[in-house]
Amino acid sequence: MFAVLQFPGSNDDRDTVFALKSVLGAEARLVWHKEPELPAGTRAVLLPGGFSYGDYLRCGAMARFSPVMGAVRRFAEAGGLVLGICNGFQVLCEAGLLPGVLVRNRDLHFVCEFVHVRVERADTAFTSRARPGEVLRLPVKHGEGCFYAAPDELARLSARGQIWLRYVTADGRLDDAANPNGSLDHVAGVANERGNVFGLMPHPEHAVEGAIGGRDGRKLLGSLLDAVAAGAAGAR
Amino acid sequence: MSARREPRVDRVLAREHGLSHEEWERILAILGRTPSFPELGIFSVMWSEHCSYKSSKRHLRELPTRAAHVLQGPGENAGVVAIGDGLAVVFKIESHNHPSFIEPKQGAATGVGGILRDVFTMGARPIASMDSLRFGPLEDPRQRWLVRGVVEGIGGYGNAVGVATVGGETAFHECYRGNILVNAFNLGLVEVERIYTAQAGGVGNPVLYVGSKTGRDGIHGASLLASAEFDEKSEEKRPTVQVGDPFTEKCLIEACLEVMRGDAVVGIQDMGAAGLTSSSFEMASRAGTGIEMDLDRVPQRETGMTAYELLLSESQERMLLVVKAGREDEVRRVFERWDLDAAVVGRVTPDGRMRVRWHGETVVDIPVAPVADSAPVYDRPMREPADQRERQKLDLAALAPEEDLAGALAALLDSPNLASKRWLFRQYDQLVQGNTILRCGGDAALVRVKREDGSPTRKALALAVDCNARWCWLDPYGGTLAAVAEAARNVACTGARPLALTNCLNFGNPEKPEIMWQFAEATRGLGEAARALGTPVVSGNVSFYNETAGRPIFPTPTVAMVGLLEPWERFAVSHFPEAGLSVVLLGETREELGGSEWLAVRRGLEAGMPPSVDLDHEARLQRLLHAAVAQGALRTAHDVSDGGLAVALAECCFAGPEEQPVGVRVELAETLRAEALLFGESTGRVVTATAEPERLLALAREHGVPARAIGETGGARLVIAPAGGRAWIDAPLASLHEIWARALPRRLEVA
Repeated sequence: MFAVLQFPGSNDDRDTVFALKSVLGAEARLVWHKEPELPAGTRAVLLPGGFSYGDYLRCGAMARFSPVMGAVRRFAEAGGLVLGICNGFQVLCEAGLLPGVLVRNRDLHFVCEFVHVRVERADTAFTSRARPGEVLRLPVKHGEGCFYAAPDELARLSARGQIWLRYVTADGRLDDAANPNGSLDHVAGVANERGNVFGLMPHPEHAVEGAIGGRDGRKLLGSLLDAVAAGAAGAR
Repeated sequence: MSARREPRVDRVLAREHGLSHEEWERILAILGRTPSFPELGIFSVMWSEHCSYKSSKRHLRELPTRAAHVLQGPGENAGVVAIGDGLAVVFKIESHNHPSFIEPKQGAATGVGGILRDVFTMGARPIASMDSLRFGPLEDPRQRWLVRGVVEGIGGYGNAVGVATVGGETAFHECYRGNILVNAFNLGLVEVERIYTAQAGGVGNPVLYVGSKTGRDGIHGASLLASAEFDEKSEEKRPTVQVGDPFTEKCLIEACLEVMRGDAVVGIQDMGAAGLTSSSFEMASRAGTGIEMDLDRVPQRETGMTAYELLLSESQERMLLVVKAGREDEVRRVFERWDLDAAVVGRVTPDGRMRVRWHGETVVDIPVAPVADSAPVYDRPMREPADQRERQKLDLAALAPEEDLAGALAALLDSPNLASKRWLFRQYDQLVQGNTILRCGGDAALVRVKREDGSPTRKALALAVDCNARWCWLDPYGGTLAAVAEAARNVACTGARPLALTNCLNFGNPEKPEIMWQFAEATRGLGEAARALGTPVVSGNVSFYNETAGRPIFPTPTVAMVGLLEPWERFAVSHFPEAGLSVVLLGETREELGGSEWLAVRRGLEAGMPPSVDLDHEARLQRLLHAAVAQGALRTAHDVSDGGLAVALAECCFAGPEEQPVGVRVELAETLRAEALLFGESTGRVVTATAEPERLLALAREHGVPARAIGETGGARLVIAPAGGRAWIDAPLASLHEIWARALPRRLEVA
């Protein structure tokens, strides 16, 4: 069962459940942020996009104090699979479950566009349905999606293979013009060291239905489904 | 205590509150005494132009508002239209012009917030927004500041509240320099049996206040700002602009929809213009009841607020609910779960009076009906502007021919009115809720319908908003016909059938006979077109006093059309998806250059009669598009409008930013002058692309629509030539696209 967290101000919570349940046929349900525990039988946790608590302080800075986040931390520490999308990514960074931080976009504007990302590693629980180096077309929609980490940390993330998605051109080249928010090292998605917690700015849940946003999001959410079915956790 | 702080109520104070001599006399007659200060405040807002429609009512009565599929016409918070299978859509467009001019970000944001509340107050989940914007020339730094602020406000609110902004239109003209237009549209989805209305029914039922606490913000904001002209002192009114909180609104939407799924709620109304006052009066008036209210129980953000302030505050994100007696706690628990205030502030009474207590004292005691329903109705004098006929004169023969047709196309693509609006709409979340099939940038948006429980349907809604204000200035009647026709045509271009419309009538000062004439002419056109196309007017808003220092805006009757496409899997797009398709032009090009963008950009003239509108042809064209899309006989359908055929073809070539543009080569056989063929804006035309031209041409014949194959897609150039002659325009798409795409950023990104 996939637990999709619902914070006040979550917007893509219902869309994420829809993608998992109605499109991909998985079992998924919303879990209210005030719950102190995850439901029994939770096999993966998804933190959806949106503006938790209005993001008036700093994106994700309030949501990490929600009661359910204690349970998410324990779940992750036990090796459970946790995926943060957009605001969910921001919450995981604020909670210290993922490295780095997401700051205001380079041009200071909110950006809603379809972008291309390159799958840097396909040997993980979140990317196994893609080929290494495969380019996916996914939408982004955020005002604070510029990934930042100190230079030495960024170098470490890269060396350890924790950067799983990078913004690229349609033909897979790194290019500043293809980077929608100015993320350092073109980072679109990053994992923790153990590889069981993954966050990304693009929205796979809005790219599962062909005419509505394409199907490339299935490569990521579908991978997670496979991993849960196989009982696996983290990068192999 | 109150008495000492309150000013003396008399004729002079009434005047300052915007009440005329006659209105003051009427108040004295209704009450049989001098009103208290809070009572005067109530009359002034309830009888303001914004709340009472006193100048427009007479004309609006002539509009067609009924049809079998219309479940709720004008009069409620928004219109409701059935879309089959027990589902209905709730929609409305509303202006927030003056607040946005004074404080663009908050003004636009609260415009979005207000229209969302109008929709979910009826039990519907808001699923799609659009906006219609007008600014002055971008060379003016203030206009750039306004554009940036408005876009940030619309995006900031809509994105955070989780409702996709899927479409809209933006235009620029000198006449909006001192009075921009910000019209916000929202559409929601509801199950027919779950539609709520704003009625304070059931004597003894408690009245609940929910949402944000009340502060001193926005007193007389919407109601009075919108009911007077601007002058050089308008800046001082900044404190009357409300401040939006989309997070609270998001929680309010979820909490309200949750309580409305049960059966405890009798009636619900948002607190918009004139806040607590108008919401309570409207609810009581619709139910024929009264309300007694205790202001001390109203959740307050600051201390020491007076009764007057509490009644007139326009603090945002607040709702008034009447719930069944004994069910208060159950309702309150839902709001508490979302960390929202909910307080019982009064009860429904049988005597038709509004009684308000404050600090144990009755400060308001007035009959509901005369305030809510018996607002004055004016039959304002009308007069055709003295120079109206002069404006319409245009001697085409005397116009110097266009020497550089390719240069003219480049200039038009660079015109902010025609240029890509991507700089604006990329700042809007166009995808949230996961239903967006076609988004900003095309003729119409297309949004799939998913039920509240998440189950998808095969229905999609097509949405478009349009108005060519220059045409309306040249001919308010014909221009408005054209606005309705274009909005319907845009919806039809997706393959959808237009269902109904909502409108935002933006005009100058109605006390001027020339403005009133424009208004009457426009509503006449609106009614006629809506009737002919079978798309009734189900909701709307009138915005008068759009003038600064005596200079009115162009009449701008914005029309937002809603259509239904089922099954949605077959739809047409507004660009060329691939090479090798035949291009077929539907409709006829006439020698019509009056009011065109070409004339304005290349000849510096805004004159002539705008193109004629043939509503019978429009209806046939819409049926043809619907049939052709349903049968899979066309891939692309793009309305020919501002900038004419050349600009429409260029737009078809420029696909989405991430897709490769597809070129086109066309030959035009007509013998009109080249400017009219290329840049004339004759109505009723659509550029289509199809793999089966013979089938499409046969269908067009069947539907009685003129059609001819004019070329083929492919290559990387836009080529337009006279039949058998040397090309008029032969340009690489890359350079045309660069001009079109950069026109707004290069003007807006100046420091």
